[in-house]
Amino acid sequence: MTSSNPSMTGTDARQGQPMASRLPLAWLTVLGAFVIFWLFAGSYLPAAFEYPKEHVIKLAKWISAAMKWLIDEASFGLFSFTDLTRFISAVLDVPYTVAASLLSTGFLEGSGSSAIQIVPPLSWIAVIGLVMLLGHWLGGRPLALLSGACFLFLAVFGQWTSAMITLASILVAAPLGVLFGLLFGIAAWRWRWLERMIMPLLDLMQTIPVFAYLVPVLFLFGFGPTAAVIATLIFATPPMIRIAILSLRAVPGEIIDLGHMVGCTERQMTWRVMVPAARESLMVGMNQVIMLSLNMVIIASMIGAGGLGFDVLAALRRLDFGAGLEAGFAIVALAIAMDRLSQAAAEKLSAPSPENNASGFAARHPYLMAGVALVLFTSALGYMIPAIRTYPEALQLSTGTFWSEVVTWININFFDTLEAIKNAMLLNVLIPFKRFLGGLPWLGVTALLGFAGFRLGGWRLALLTTCLPLFIAVTGQWEKAMITVYLCGISAVLAALIGLPIGIYSATRDRVWSWVQVAIDTLQTLPSFVYLMPAVMLFRVGDFTAMIAVVAFAIAPAIRYTALGIRKVDPKLIEAGRAMGCTEWQILTRIRLKLALPEILLGLNQTIMFALSMLVITALVGTRDLGQEVYIALTKADTGRGLVAGLSIAAIAIIADRLISAGAIHARRRLGLE
Amino acid sequence: MTTPEAKLVCRNVWKLFGADASGFLAAHDGQPETDAITRAGLVGAVRRVDLDVREGEIFVIMGLSGSGKSTLVRLMSRLIEPTGGDVLFKGENLLKVSQARMIEIRRHQMGMVFQHFALLPHLTVLDNVAFPLDIQGMSRAAREARAREMIELVGLAGKESAFPRQLSGGQQQRVGIARSLAVEPEIWFLDEPFSALDPLIRREMQDEFMRLQTVLHKTIVFITHDFDEAIRLADRIAIMKDGEIVQAGTPEDIVLTPATSYVAEFTRSVARAKVIRARSLMVAAKPGDAEGPTVSDRSNIADAAPLFLDGVSYLGVTDDTGKLVGRLDRDAVVSLMLQG
Repeated sequence: MTSSNPSMTGTDARQGQPMASRLPLAWLTVLGAFVIFWLFAGSYLPAAFEYPKEHVIKLAKWISAAMKWLIDEASFGLFSFTDLTRFISAVLDVPYTVAASLLSTGFLEGSGSSAIQIVPPLSWIAVIGLVMLLGHWLGGRPLALLSGACFLFLAVFGQWTSAMITLASILVAAPLGVLFGLLFGIAAWRWRWLERMIMPLLDLMQTIPVFAYLVPVLFLFGFGPTAAVIATLIFATPPMIRIAILSLRAVPGEIIDLGHMVGCTERQMTWRVMVPAARESLMVGMNQVIMLSLNMVIIASMIGAGGLGFDVLAALRRLDFGAGLEAGFAIVALAIAMDRLSQAAAEKLSAPSPENNASGFAARHPYLMAGVALVLFTSALGYMIPAIRTYPEALQLSTGTFWSEVVTWININFFDTLEAIKNAMLLNVLIPFKRFLGGLPWLGVTALLGFAGFRLGGWRLALLTTCLPLFIAVTGQWEKAMITVYLCGISAVLAALIGLPIGIYSATRDRVWSWVQVAIDTLQTLPSFVYLMPAVMLFRVGDFTAMIAVVAFAIAPAIRYTALGIRKVDPKLIEAGRAMGCTEWQILTRIRLKLALPEILLGLNQTIMFALSMLVITALVGTRDLGQEVYIALTKADTGRGLVAGLSIAAIAIIADRLISAGAIHARRRLGLE
Repeated sequence: MTTPEAKLVCRNVWKLFGADASGFLAAHDGQPETDAITRAGLVGAVRRVDLDVREGEIFVIMGLSGSGKSTLVRLMSRLIEPTGGDVLFKGENLLKVSQARMIEIRRHQMGMVFQHFALLPHLTVLDNVAFPLDIQGMSRAAREARAREMIELVGLAGKESAFPRQLSGGQQQRVGIARSLAVEPEIWFLDEPFSALDPLIRREMQDEFMRLQTVLHKTIVFITHDFDEAIRLADRIAIMKDGEIVQAGTPEDIVLTPATSYVAEFTRSVARAKVIRARSLMVAAKPGDAEGPTVSDRSNIADAAPLFLDGVSYLGVTDDTGKLVGRLDRDAVVSLMLQG
């Protein structure tokens, strides 16, 4: 049989042939030149292998000096830059203090240890009750039970206080993130020049690793929950801006015409027509902002956010697995509750609500009234019965010791096996690959990337893929960057190797797919911090541990895109294949996988992006790459060092992203999908 | 018959897309040739349009997709800024008025119905219909009373608290019609209002539209790509091709004397009897003609013909007020029907 699918090979033959004959030749030549350069240029041109130290641009120092100038001297005439940052802190501190007082500390008089509590915080029963009411209003009884159970879990396992601090940060950061994102989005929608200005900035902000945000925030706003809220805002707002712009653009032209025809003013147009018409997709943005805020608030514990993230961090530092896992589970519970609640809210609020014609305020707002009653009742009761105010310690379960014992048991019984696996991987895969990458000449790699950019996307892409590696080299980050590439590369490959077969297997089996979907959805709602704990438990610190955590984090997109890509293949083509007598294997390899290739490439792209963002966090378990550089900068509040390393990671991400995207477009064109 | 005054007049209206289109138009004295437009790398969406829409008539602009008809109707309400020309609405040049005045005109004197209904998904039927009044700042009680009237008028009473997505396409367009009428517009734009509907519903909506017009007597600009719909509804038709009006006239004019072969393509398959109206074929009435069966002077010959089955040799023809204006002889009708 010569062809299983005539239409496809037809396209291949038409467009693919000139490519097929020229492309490998060009590639082979360039690769050959690269190898020759690599093997023999060492003695003539050592500078091509190790970037000469005396030519390193001290960008980090300049940035640090500029930051110092900002803090010490910059002034806007009436007030100095420091006044401005203090003012922002002070403004944000107000809502945070209110939220924290309400949920965790109670309203205090005085400060420090001499503070006296005037009004106690909401009792745990009240909070759980409120969450259940919210769940019931948004999604009926199942959601009420689920979210109630998640919060009860926090109380029972002794994570209540920390969880409430984390929740307070999110309650401040998420609404502000949504608000700022929406306002910026509207502004960018209305004024094209603003969009053109902020779009590249948004692109960059989404590729810079989260840690890198923390450094300047720490430097400018100090250490504490307010600074953490600011970092969270900076992290969670850009996706909202993007979603806001996209959803406003997606409003049908006729609706805009309608707005003009009924004589809307600019303001009416925005608030009465555009925003309501885009409500459905804006709500998706809200869910994203909430989940990103949670993720960031956990990470921002490094600059004083406190709460659950701090518990994980502290446990990691003490290597107290039990406590770390418990806090990790609490984060999972909080994440699941917030995700389901905000998804239900998105659905509920974007669907039009039937009018409630009941008379009287109470009848029209039954949930509000029930909530107020609950709070009043439990607060009053709390003065008499302390167990209502705070969850009684006697009833708390601690699984901390249990988990520690499990870990001890595993280590006693399986230490040799685990160690053997780890060492085998390290010696046979990780270290050789690391040595290989470390030995490559930066000049050659840069040229190779430039060539790849040219082949896949023309001059512009070539310029980008040449300049970015150059930036890494001249700022003296090359060596560390290669370690990042090695860890990220191995993890991404491993994630793809595991994810692809799972994706392929589940794509054609609806039952399996629905389960897999639930699993990867849940995996994706978990803040990245959570992934570290089990990996450290089993393998302690080091590259291998980092790799395991990264793979676990990055596997979801590999599965999702593969499965979605395969499921999207036109069933008529499968039918045609069957009619021609293809075996299942032929259908898979010649039709499904071939047509799903662009999607799979996008999935691979996402996997790499996820891997990079996780890799930075694994600096906590002792990697020695750019992430570690950012982490060190964070502990020293060295903005320049942190930003340069962060930008280098962003550069790696952008190179990978642009090359793979260009490759995906290439593939789509060849398959006649575009 | 006196010609009613023109409500909306387009004079040499142009819309060119591309870099510095207005500079280009000015450089060519507002009358560039087609070649020059192409050479300058511009696209002529609407070119050299002159037309006038008269008080109380249904003016249909008919063209295939890409002919510029939707752009033209948006130039008339200045939803799209014309590159050149004048648009006079009740003698006022819309292209010279301020933004504030334009908002004023749109709020009180214009109404528009959209192909895909353009209903706001988050509002009920009642709120959608009341929306233009709400934008004007009318009080809740007043606007809801008015909206209920309009909903009644389009036959949707009882659906006030439904949401758009709960309605069928035809019902959604009725909401769109009610909304556009809520402000009592002096000119009513309908941009392919029935194109997104199933054929049966489309027919029903056309009848409904004609019924509304006999009650309301609006001045109407109606856009369609369906030639049958055009001749069925229009008092006058303008046929557009590549941004230009190739022929404008009554349905009878166009069917009987197509100006170009392009127009003839459309008219070829149209049965004459369905186009020619009683008032075109009638002769002067004789005293006593009102005794027998009568038809409206607006109805077409195909609709009038079955009345002859009763054996009468002529029909009385009456105008909208019911006054006898002429008679239709059987022989004239039969010979027209035989032409196909």
